[in-house]
Amino acid sequence: MSDTLTPVLSANWGVEKSWTLDAYKTAGGYQAVGKALQMTPAEVTDLVKDSGLRGRGGAGFPTGMKWSFVPKDNPNPTYLVVNADESEPGTCKDMPLLLASPHTLVEGMIIASYAINCHTAFVYIRGEVLHVIRRMQQAVKEAYDAGYLGTDILGSGYDLDIVVHAGAGAYICGEETALLDSLEGRRGQPRLRPPFPAVAGLYASPTVINNVESISSVPAIVKNGSAWFGAMGTEKSKGMTIYSLSGHVNRPGQFEAPLGITLRELLQLSGGVRAGHELKFWTPGGSSTPILTAEHLDVPLDYEGMASVKSMLGTKALQVFDETTSVVRTTLRWVEFYKHESCGKCTPCREGNWWLVQMLKKFEAGEAVEGDVDKLLDICDDIGGKSFCALADGAVACVTSAVRHFRGEFEAGYSTPAWELFPYGRSALFEVPETMGAHA
Amino acid sequence: MSVVTKADQVAAVDLITVTIDGIEVQVPKGTLAIRAAEMIGIAIPRFCDHPLLDPVGACRQCMVEVPDAGNGRGFPKPQASCTLECAPGMQIKTQHTSAVAQKAQKGMLELLLINHPLDCPICDKGGECPLQNQAMANGRGESRYAGVKRTYPKPVNISAQILLDRERCVLCARCTRFSEQISGDPFITLVERGALQQVGKYATDPYNSYFSGNVVQICPVGALTSAAYRFASRPFDLVSTTTTCEHCAGGCQLRTDQRHFQVKRRLAGDAPEVNEEWNCDKGRFAFVSGRGEDRITRPLIRENGALRIASWPEAVDAAVAGLAAAGGSAGVLTGGRLTVEDAYGYSKFARVVLGTNSIDFRSRPAGVDEEAFLAANVAGKTLADAVTYTDLETAGHVVLVGFEPEDESPLIFLRLRKGVRKKGLKVTAIAPFASDGSAKLKATVIATVPGTEAEALRGLDLAAGAVVLVGERAALVPGLLSAAAEVAERCGGRLAWVPRRAGDRGAIEAGCLPGLLPGGRPANETAARVDVAAAWDVDSLPAEDGMDATGMLAAAAAGELAALVVAGLEPADFADAAAVRAGLENAGFVVALESRMSEVTERADVVFPVALIEEHSGTFWNWEHRAGRVNTVIKQPAAAMTDLRVLAALADALGRPLGIRTPKQASAELAELGAWDRSGTEPVESVATPAASRRRTRKAAPKAPAVVDGEVTLKLATWRQLVDGGRGQDGEDALAATARPSVARISPALAGALGVAEGDPVAVSGGAGWYSLPVAITPGMVEGAVWVPMNSPGTPLGELGMVFGDEVTLSVGGEA
Repeated sequence: MSDTLTPVLSANWGVEKSWTLDAYKTAGGYQAVGKALQMTPAEVTDLVKDSGLRGRGGAGFPTGMKWSFVPKDNPNPTYLVVNADESEPGTCKDMPLLLASPHTLVEGMIIASYAINCHTAFVYIRGEVLHVIRRMQQAVKEAYDAGYLGTDILGSGYDLDIVVHAGAGAYICGEETALLDSLEGRRGQPRLRPPFPAVAGLYASPTVINNVESISSVPAIVKNGSAWFGAMGTEKSKGMTIYSLSGHVNRPGQFEAPLGITLRELLQLSGGVRAGHELKFWTPGGSSTPILTAEHLDVPLDYEGMASVKSMLGTKALQVFDETTSVVRTTLRWVEFYKHESCGKCTPCREGNWWLVQMLKKFEAGEAVEGDVDKLLDICDDIGGKSFCALADGAVACVTSAVRHFRGEFEAGYSTPAWELFPYGRSALFEVPETMGAHA
Repeated sequence: MSVVTKADQVAAVDLITVTIDGIEVQVPKGTLAIRAAEMIGIAIPRFCDHPLLDPVGACRQCMVEVPDAGNGRGFPKPQASCTLECAPGMQIKTQHTSAVAQKAQKGMLELLLINHPLDCPICDKGGECPLQNQAMANGRGESRYAGVKRTYPKPVNISAQILLDRERCVLCARCTRFSEQISGDPFITLVERGALQQVGKYATDPYNSYFSGNVVQICPVGALTSAAYRFASRPFDLVSTTTTCEHCAGGCQLRTDQRHFQVKRRLAGDAPEVNEEWNCDKGRFAFVSGRGEDRITRPLIRENGALRIASWPEAVDAAVAGLAAAGGSAGVLTGGRLTVEDAYGYSKFARVVLGTNSIDFRSRPAGVDEEAFLAANVAGKTLADAVTYTDLETAGHVVLVGFEPEDESPLIFLRLRKGVRKKGLKVTAIAPFASDGSAKLKATVIATVPGTEAEALRGLDLAAGAVVLVGERAALVPGLLSAAAEVAERCGGRLAWVPRRAGDRGAIEAGCLPGLLPGGRPANETAARVDVAAAWDVDSLPAEDGMDATGMLAAAAAGELAALVVAGLEPADFADAAAVRAGLENAGFVVALESRMSEVTERADVVFPVALIEEHSGTFWNWEHRAGRVNTVIKQPAAAMTDLRVLAALADALGRPLGIRTPKQASAELAELGAWDRSGTEPVESVATPAASRRRTRKAAPKAPAVVDGEVTLKLATWRQLVDGGRGQDGEDALAATARPSVARISPALAGALGVAEGDPVAVSGGAGWYSLPVAITPGMVEGAVWVPMNSPGTPLGELGMVFGDEVTLSVGGEA
């Protein structure tokens, strides 16, 4: 395990106008695609399989294996869909990547599409980030003009079109089947599985859905080989990845490092928790991953390491909270998000989050009553693992983990408002007027 | 291609073994866990699941534990049994044996209830509500929810008939799935998200469906109600009776609920072979006609030109005097709405009491070669050798000839749609244009000008096993019925004739045609007459040819018919209403058996009150030749008499007893007579084909006729829309408000030539006058024809003597 940064995806972010085709090519871009087109699609897939690249969207499914699941005898076309609906609270890796180097994704998509015999690929971008959508559209246009997209790419005889699609602002559309429904022009709600997208996905055709970062990692793997990639990271969590630090750290931002780095190391790289304060709790990969505390500072930030402490690597969005923060209030804010973003399809998520928000508000206001912590956990148990998709699981994970680590703080909600225990102005990174009180 | 029998299909199913709560059960591959549990009597609570809808897994109420998915490994989380397919060796534990499943179900119920109002005491569903039942059986005594419930302004009219109370909705998506999957009318859908998700409709279009009432019935809570029944009764005050719908020849099984001797509502019955669990809005809501002030409750006789109330003996005496004076110069018009038992009574009454073969059930435009076709292809058939609803699903290919199922037999439409969605069924429609119904069946439409259907049909290349469904309208095209029979036979396919009215099929069986005695016996065959005469214990039956309805009415109008006995019919239903009125007015003597004042009773000399359908027992034979029981819903001591009972009284008084008085006796006698055994007789030509020889060569696509001075001559295409001006739908305003508008459909090319735009008025002239209708420019409408509804409010074609296939003139700018 290395404790140094390994900029690969972010290597060119500092270049002048890094998002342009010229800048990307100057930095060595579009070399991998030429190499890949010399290989057979199966060889490309095998290469990615051998590299050990696992999905960077959160679930960590081996990318090459996903590609190999596409049935060869299906008469329908095969599609590649890149999930750029990055909406998880705290997560900010795909948007910076697309903003700084959209051609990395374009090149990755060409190689991935070639590997799975796809001729129409889609990028589904979160609708709120218009600047990223425009930058991606511009990059795709440049790639067409330069002959990297369209027909007979680089004289290989291979054709590919890329469609940049803007979502309409729904967290659920990051769930891959809801994303497909949305992309087809329907209301985004998760689909029943089976059939799985690999067999009947977009337009009922075989579809591979990958995260932006997963696909963007492919050009480097093709260029440098699977051994190079596998040399980074840990045995089961290979390669480099982007960690996003936010919250009470001195230098928040994206840190590209090998998988398995620890938060302690990342905090050193980011200048540590803000001066005069200490770490209270943190999320390893967005609000849907159970929170951890200072005792987990040295747990490797990889798929296995996080599972060993009952959390998940998720999107590697490390939100850092110091001792001034009310965990009750933080949990309430997160669950308010899930309540707002629940698609409404299934009962536990739709009704459960509605209920959890009302309960957590009581805790925050010091109006909860004796026994409400157990009731809260019991309701979480009725929601978690019962819902149609994983959205509700993420919602209850932040509640149950918060209670697990800070039960006393919730019990304090039987008598004392959170804003009295943790005056909100103290955790803010900016001036908060005294008058904002409970609703700050 | 070989024909797959039903037994083969059953044997071909792969069975797998699963264990549910320790009980092993064999189920067909692909069975959902919730269905497998039902098979062994384990009911897993559910809201969104419905066996006839695609699984959705939304409500999550049906959670079960699966310790072994069949591969030795269990699911880490409880599973929704409504979306879980059984796998060989799977172990499933329901709420009965698993604490995990029990906890999941109880928790889900609590979550469903937190936003559900506690308004059961004023909710239509209270007392028959799955959510209420679940809450009572498995819910907590007291809620742990102390928060704020979601509320909405209420109710929302999603159509004139259907109302939505959003705060009661548990968002199971049954209604939206029904409208999308079953009826193909996706006018409602789920909108918004999270806890604000709700059933929504288009901003301007209502939930426009002939099947909208089904969503009320399948709603597992009281979120959907009908304008007709809202606040009308409590479920526990209702008395329910299973019966058969009287509106069309579909034979839908119904559950009719009455309270205080009044029918309060009708629901689709559970009849997997017939209507499955659905019915149409007409069958559901149209039951108040004739129950009001125009109901006839006492006999009436005409005196000094006006009807007055009479006692039964007085009325019977008057009728007897008139009928006895007529000698054999009498005719019987039965209409198409009688039970088979009543129809049999009329058939026997005509032959035995009046001594005539002049009897006809066809109170509609009828064709010349129709009777021969019915004798050869319909009469005497049984369910065993008939095409059934289930056969339609698996037929592979169904051809619709002179038949628009969505309007004319809505449950056939639903079954065809099911076949198209689930069984790869192909539908071909020979029709003047591609209707919405055809589109919902993904039908290939062969656009034909009325009169040319036989050519189009003969041009089809049908695979063996295909089914030709021919509607009663086909009789109006000379040679079309015979062509249908011929084509079906040629390709080894099957033929089914679909009449419109509930009593049509039974009337044929009962012998309500001049040429047919009961059981399909030809009236002109001595052996058949001897057969029936022996059974009826009479010396002989009349041998003279009888007249059909048109013949009787013409004879009556000419003063050549001394008496008419008429059961419920309407002049405007015939090809020429004026001719019917002239016949009734000039007949020597008219006896009407009616439940409600009508144009016939206005012209009758004696009127006998008869029972409403809910006071009746008997049988309707549907288009499949299946017998559907009509059961007495309302039993009162002084109930009205059935037609049969009145006829028996008249027969007794005329000294020629009918020998039957009750439906049971009629049914038994008809059953004993059985069907005509054709062996040993000349085979009936399957086609009496005056038109077969007139077979013309196939022509190129019809050319647009010339428009001269804003006028054009066209062929008239028409059929009755499901919800229309029929008197049986009177009094149900919310239903009437869901009727499709009356329009004149013409092709875009013709509209261009005429210079009319969508909605502009045009006049359709023919027969005795003209109607003005807004124009509907219909892509795919065949050139040379105009379509108008046959009997919609304001445009009953029979009033003007306009019939399908007539030449009519279309002109621009008629006054509305």
